[in-house]
Amino acid sequence: MREAAAALFLREWRIARRIGGSAATGLVFFLILVTLIPFAIGPDLKLLARIGPAILWIAALLATLLGVDRLFQSDEDDGSLDLLTTARLPLELTVLVKCAAHWTASALPLVIASPLLGLMLALDVKALALSAATLAVGTPALTLIGAIGAALTVSLRRGGLLLAIIALPLTIPVLIFGVAAASAASGGPTPFATPFLALCALTLAALAGAPFAAAAALRHARE
Amino acid sequence: MRLRASNIAVERGGRRLFSNLSFEVARGEALLVVGPNGVGKSSLLRAIVGLLPLADGTLSCEGGDPDASLGEEAHYVGHADALKGVLTARENLEFWAAMLAPFPSSRAEAGKVAVKSPMKAAQALDRLGLPRVLDLPVHALSAGQKRRVALARILVAERPLWILDEPLTALDEAAERLFAGVLREHLAAGGLLVAATHAAIDLAGAIQLRLGEAEVSL
Repeated sequence: MREAAAALFLREWRIARRIGGSAATGLVFFLILVTLIPFAIGPDLKLLARIGPAILWIAALLATLLGVDRLFQSDEDDGSLDLLTTARLPLELTVLVKCAAHWTASALPLVIASPLLGLMLALDVKALALSAATLAVGTPALTLIGAIGAALTVSLRRGGLLLAIIALPLTIPVLIFGVAAASAASGGPTPFATPFLALCALTLAALAGAPFAAAAALRHARE
Repeated sequence: MRLRASNIAVERGGRRLFSNLSFEVARGEALLVVGPNGVGKSSLLRAIVGLLPLADGTLSCEGGDPDASLGEEAHYVGHADALKGVLTARENLEFWAAMLAPFPSSRAEAGKVAVKSPMKAAQALDRLGLPRVLDLPVHALSAGQKRRVALARILVAERPLWILDEPLTALDEAAERLFAGVLREHLAAGGLLVAATHAAIDLAGAIQLRLGEAEVSL
């Protein structure tokens, strides 16, 4: 079972990193969004520093959902999904491994790049660190929630919009607690620990629930 | 191992394709499903693997691994090749070899139905006459070559029941002969085969199941 999971992770990782994969797309989108916003807001550094964590979070949320619609669709298109359901690896684990590979390939680079981009938003060192920490803890939940939407829209040709409509409302709690924890350093209304722990809890809950929900949706789509 | 279907019916999109279909396939036997387009050949194969629910009847497998579902005992080759274009033929095959292999714990029990030890990716492609494409990305291959890589998949992992949907599509004559040889070896080693095909496969003693003209039961 471990071999099969490792082989699946390696395959997903390779596909995401090759040319045309989803990894680079998300990172470039993140970069564009974070670069554009200071131009739109103007040279008010105080304002920028105050909303900086929120900008990072919204950009990360959209960039994460950008690639996730292909998570199962590409396997459905070329017939791989049929075989994945007849493999010995339980479909729930298949979903989990695919999410892990997708997160490592496309969300982890965002987390690593976020302190760099945070500099453009006039964040101080502490705010940079806290933003990166909240993104590292919160983005797995975004990927997993996106996976439920991707599984529900797997049999639709152009399910991207529907995926956004399904998944975005579910990501709102993650966004609220993520931004609340990240902006604690730059004068936010709450201390850091409380929303950060809630964010951890959301990710753990998504980790426990999303693979089952997505696998059930994929099985249903077979019928 | 014996695959038995009794009075099965399959529906697709609310339309009943066939009903009261019964057949049996034992070790070393081949069942060729023939019939005009749209009669339900592919749906029958998908139902055997468990990708389509049965509307009626039962499918059972005797003497296989008790922990495995029918789909987990079967190699399924459908119309789509299930290959990733950006990966090389070797990467694709090694992935499916790991993914489709039975788990070690169940392999011991399945020992009595095991066909033979699986081939490596290079060996499997060699066997199908494609020795030089191993490290090329699959999107650079022709349709026939892609099909051969897809067929090589069933050689790199060990499963006793082969469910093949139009396996000869896009293959040239030499590849057809090579593949017929592979099928004969599989049957001689005690494997089971169910194939839907329009082209004639040269298999002695294969049972024909004709769908669509009358309700045939064997």
